[in-house]
Amino acid sequence: MPEPLIFEKSRPGREGATVPACDVPETAIPPALCRSRLDLPELAEGDIVRHYVRLSHMNYSVDTGLYPLGSCTMKYNPKVNEVAARMAGFSQLHPLQDPATVQGALELLHRLQGMIGEIGGFEAVSLQPSAGAHGELTGILVMRAYHLSRGEPQRTRILVPDSAHGTNPATTSMAGLEVIEIPSDSRGNVDLIELRAHLDDRVAGLMLTNPNTLGLFDEHLLEVTRLVHDAGGLVYGDGANFNALLGVAKPGQMGIDIMHFNLHKTFSTPHGGGGPGSGAVGASAELAEFLPGPVVARVEEAGNARYEWRVPLQSIGRMKSFHGNFGVLVRAYTYIRMLGPEGLRAVAENAVLNANYLQARLKDVYPIPHGDRTCMHEFVAQGSFSAAPGIRALDVSKRLIDLGFHPPTNYFPLIVHEALMIEPTETESIETLDSFVQAMRTIAREAVESPELLRDAPHSSPVKRLDEVKAAKELKVTAGET
Amino acid sequence: MSFIPNTPEDRARMLAAIGVPSVADLFTDVPAEHRFPSLDLPAPAAEQDALRELDALAARNTECAHAPCFLGAGAYHHFIPSVVDFVLSRSEFSTAYTPYQPEISQGTLQAIFEYQSMIARLTGMEVSNASHYDGATAAAEAVVMALNVAQRQRRRVVLSAGVHPQYRAVVRTYLQGMGLDLCGDETDRSLEDLGGLCDDSTACVVVQSPDFFGRIVPPDSLARLAQSVHACGALLVVAANPVPLGVLVPPGEAGADVVVGEGQGLGIAPSFGGPYLGYFAFRRENVRKSSGRIAGETVDRAGTRGYVFTLSTREQHIRREKATSNICTNQSLLALGAAVYMTCLGPRGLRRVAELCWHKAHYAAARIASIPGYAVEECEFFHEFAMKCPVPVDVANKRLHERFGIIGGYNLAADYPDRKNTMLVCCTEMNSRAEIDFFTDALKEVGRA
Amino acid sequence: MEYRVDEKVRYAKTHEWVRIEGAEAVIGISDHAQDKLSDVVFVELPAVGATLVAGNSCMVIESVKAAEEVFAPVTGIVTGRNEKLDKNPELVNKDPFGEGWLLRVKLSKPAEAEGLMDPGAYRKFMETV
Repeated sequence: MPEPLIFEKSRPGREGATVPACDVPETAIPPALCRSRLDLPELAEGDIVRHYVRLSHMNYSVDTGLYPLGSCTMKYNPKVNEVAARMAGFSQLHPLQDPATVQGALELLHRLQGMIGEIGGFEAVSLQPSAGAHGELTGILVMRAYHLSRGEPQRTRILVPDSAHGTNPATTSMAGLEVIEIPSDSRGNVDLIELRAHLDDRVAGLMLTNPNTLGLFDEHLLEVTRLVHDAGGLVYGDGANFNALLGVAKPGQMGIDIMHFNLHKTFSTPHGGGGPGSGAVGASAELAEFLPGPVVARVEEAGNARYEWRVPLQSIGRMKSFHGNFGVLVRAYTYIRMLGPEGLRAVAENAVLNANYLQARLKDVYPIPHGDRTCMHEFVAQGSFSAAPGIRALDVSKRLIDLGFHPPTNYFPLIVHEALMIEPTETESIETLDSFVQAMRTIAREAVESPELLRDAPHSSPVKRLDEVKAAKELKVTAGET
Repeated sequence: MSFIPNTPEDRARMLAAIGVPSVADLFTDVPAEHRFPSLDLPAPAAEQDALRELDALAARNTECAHAPCFLGAGAYHHFIPSVVDFVLSRSEFSTAYTPYQPEISQGTLQAIFEYQSMIARLTGMEVSNASHYDGATAAAEAVVMALNVAQRQRRRVVLSAGVHPQYRAVVRTYLQGMGLDLCGDETDRSLEDLGGLCDDSTACVVVQSPDFFGRIVPPDSLARLAQSVHACGALLVVAANPVPLGVLVPPGEAGADVVVGEGQGLGIAPSFGGPYLGYFAFRRENVRKSSGRIAGETVDRAGTRGYVFTLSTREQHIRREKATSNICTNQSLLALGAAVYMTCLGPRGLRRVAELCWHKAHYAAARIASIPGYAVEECEFFHEFAMKCPVPVDVANKRLHERFGIIGGYNLAADYPDRKNTMLVCCTEMNSRAEIDFFTDALKEVGRA
Repeated sequence: MEYRVDEKVRYAKTHEWVRIEGAEAVIGISDHAQDKLSDVVFVELPAVGATLVAGNSCMVIESVKAAEEVFAPVTGIVTGRNEKLDKNPELVNKDPFGEGWLLRVKLSKPAEAEGLMDPGAYRKFMETV
C-alpha cells in the first residue's frame, strides 16, 4: 500500500504540537522582515504518527533480518547504546559550555580517544570527523600538511588500489591531490611490482583498505607499508573493514600512519538510514599534532584530573563545527565498555568465522574469484551463471528480497564482474546463515529453471523494481514540482 | 558474549564446514608477530554496570534541561515534541542502511523526499539535498559547488565576518589544497563593502542572516547584494538558522543561490555538538553541480509511485575522483527528525516558536539595558544579541554558574579579539519569563568587580 | 554481442564516430559506447562556438549508473548541437548514428579524420576490447 506524501494528508487548520502562550511583553516584529507564507504540512499528532509508522513498515532494517552488505558491517545495534545516548547529562549539553561544567562528557571523550588509540595502535585520536569519508579527507589533509611542513610540496600524488571504495579517489580530489590507481594482483593483494613502479618523491602516500574490499588480508602488508615509507610516503588506512581485526591486529603497529574508523560499522552505532556516523581518526606520534582540533587533553592538577580542549600544534584546522558526533561517540564508548578486550576479539573471530562459513557453503554454486583464499569478514561472489547467461547480480539481489533478505552489496568492488559482496557480521546465528545459504542456493536453481522469477523480482516488496532512468531524466526532487 | 550468538557447538560445525581446525587458523594471513595483541582496556561490563558508570559521567555535567541556558552561537536549546524521538526510536528507521535497495527502503526514501521538500519551502529555494554533516560543512560544500559552477576557473571566495567563525574555519580547512583567495572577513564589513569585493574572479560571496552576532540582514539589503554578486557572475551563499525562518523572509526570496545552515534547531537536542544536521538548498539549474544524496520521485514497474536516490553520477560511488564531493554517510536520521519536527509544528507552530524567541530576547535586552554597567548593542536582532559587560565574559559566566547555576552566553572575544567583555546572549522559547528575570537579576550581581 | 557499425563514418579508439560533410563533420558515439552506458539520461553539449581539440574531453554523457567522457575525435569549432537531446537523451541509445548525433563541427584540420579507423578497422578493434 503506497503511503501518500505528508503534504497530501495536510488540511488547513490542523495542528500537531502545542506551543505555549507568550509570558513576556511582546515586541512588534517589523512587517518588512516577515515572510508572507510558509507551506508546511498541517496534521494532527495522531495522523503524523500514523504516517511515519506506516513509512517505517516499508523499510527493511537490521532489526528485521540479515543485512549482509559487504563493507557496511550491519551488525546488531545494542539498545543500551540508545539509553546511554539519551541520558540528559549527555543529550542536553551545549557544545560551547565552559569545560568546567562538562567534565563528565570530556572524560568520556578522553577515554574513548584512548580506547580507539589502544585498539588501533595509534598515539593520538581525533573524534571530530562525522563519517568515514570525512575521516578520509582529514587523513589526506594531514598527510599533505605533514609533507609541506617538511619542505616537500612536490608530493601531490595519492596511490589508490583499484579495489578502493569510491570515497577514496573522491577524497583525494577534494584535497587537491592526484589519484594514481594501483592494480591488484591475481591473488587480490596490492600488486607489488606496480606499487614499486609508482613510488617516487611525488607520492604523498598510499590509501589502503585492509582487509580490502575483496575481503582479503593483504599477504604482503608489511612489505607494502615498508615500501611506501622507504619512498618517503605515508600510509592511510581506510578502516571500513576493521571489524575483521578487532583484537586481532593493530594497524598502527603494521605500518599504518593514520586511519579512520567507522564507528557506525565496527562499533555498533546504528546506521540511521544513511547516518549519522562517525569517522574517528587515529594517528601516529609523528602525525599527532596535525590532527583537527580541538581534541580532549587531560591535565593533572594537585592530584586531580581535569579535562580541557586542546588544539594540536600544527592542526590542519577544523573539519566540522563543535566536537564531532557526540551522541554517536557515547554509543561507541558504551559498546567498547561492554565488550572489553575479550569481547572485541570475539567480534572479529566470529565475524571472520561466519564469513568463511558462508563462503564454504556457497562456493559450489556461485563463482568466488578468490574462494581459494581464507576470507576475512566478507567475501565477493559473482552473481552470474554459465547456465543462465541472461541473469545478472542485480537479478539475484532483487530475488533475495522476495526470499526475505536484504541483498549484499552489488557491483562493488569494480574489479569483480557482477560482484556480490557478502558480509554477515558476528551477530548472526548459524540458523540465519543457513537460511541465507538456502535462499542463495534456491536462487541459483531458479536462475536456470525459472529466470523470469529473478528478472521480475522483487514481487513481495512494497514497490516493485523502480524506474531509475525516469527518476534521473524527469527530475522531481521536491513535492509539488511540475 | 555480548551480542554474539555463536556457541562452541556452532563454531565447531562451522569450522568443520570450512575445513580448518580452529578459529585461529583463519588468521594466518596476519603477520605472526602482530597477531592477537593484548588490548589494555577495562574488562567487559555487564549492561547494568556500564549504565551505572555512564550515569556517573553524565551526572558530572551541567545540562540545559535543568539549568537555565542563555547560550546559542550556532547551537540552540529548543523544545522537542515527544513525537520526534518516538519516530527516531523506530528501529526500522534507525537500523536501516543507506537505501541502496530502494524497493525495501521506501520508508527512508519517502521521508527524505518529504524533508527535502520542507527545507526547500522553508528556505524559499527550489531544491534541497538529503543532508550534510552540519551547517559548517554544508557551507564548505556550498563554496565547493560555487567553484564547480564556475568550472574551477574562479579563485576568489568572499566571506563575511558575520558568518559563524567555525563555518569559516571549516571552509578554510576544506579549501586548503586549492590555492584560493579567501577574503572579506578580516573585519566586520557592510554588505555593500562585501559586494564591492566581488569581481569576475569571484566564485561566491558567503553571508549569514541572522549573523553570528544575532543581527538580521533585511531582505532588501540581501537582494541588493544578490544583484551585485550576480552582476559579477558569482553565486550568493546565505547561511541561515532555520528557526527564525518560521517568521522571517527566507533567503531564497531575496536572491540567494545556495542556502545552508544548521538544522539542529529543528528538533535535535544540543547533544554536546552532534550529531547535527547540515541542510543544503539550491537552485535547480545547479543541481548537477551539487553534492550529497538527493531523493527523487519515480514509478515502479506496476506504475506505483516510489522514491529513489537520483543523480548518483555526481557522487563518489560512481564518479569517484570526479565526484562533486566525497560524502557518503550523511545525517539521514536527523533529517527525518527535522521533517517530523517541522510537521509537528506546522507553519503556525514554527511561526509561534520563532515569535516567542523574538519576544523573549527583546524582553531580556530591554531589562539588561537598564542594568548599570551593561549595554546591549543597537541593531535589529532576532533572538541573540551582543551585550557589553562590566567584567570579562569568562568571569561573568563562572559567577553565573557557580552562584546561580546559569549557563551564560558566548564570549565573543574568543573569536573577535576586539569584542572584549562582550557576551552573545540567546533566548529561546525554553526561557520562561521567570528564568529571564532570574538571569538579568544575576547579571547585576556578577557584574560587580 | 553484435554491435551496429555504420559504414559512412570513421571511428576513434574511444568509440566516437565522425561523418565528414565537406568542411564540416557530424560527431556522435558508437553503438558499442551507448550500450556500455545503458540508458542515457543527460547530455550536456558544449555551446556553439566552443573549440574542440582532438583527443580532449569535450563533454560528459550521463546514464543512471555512469558518467562517460566524450573525447573529440577531431579538432574544430562547434557550429551545431543536437537540441533534441535536451528532452530526449534516449535518442543516443535508440539511434546513435542518426537521430542521436551530438555535434556539428567546422573542421580545423580536415586531414585529421584520415587518422581515424574505417568501419572494418573498427570492427576488428572492437574484438580486441
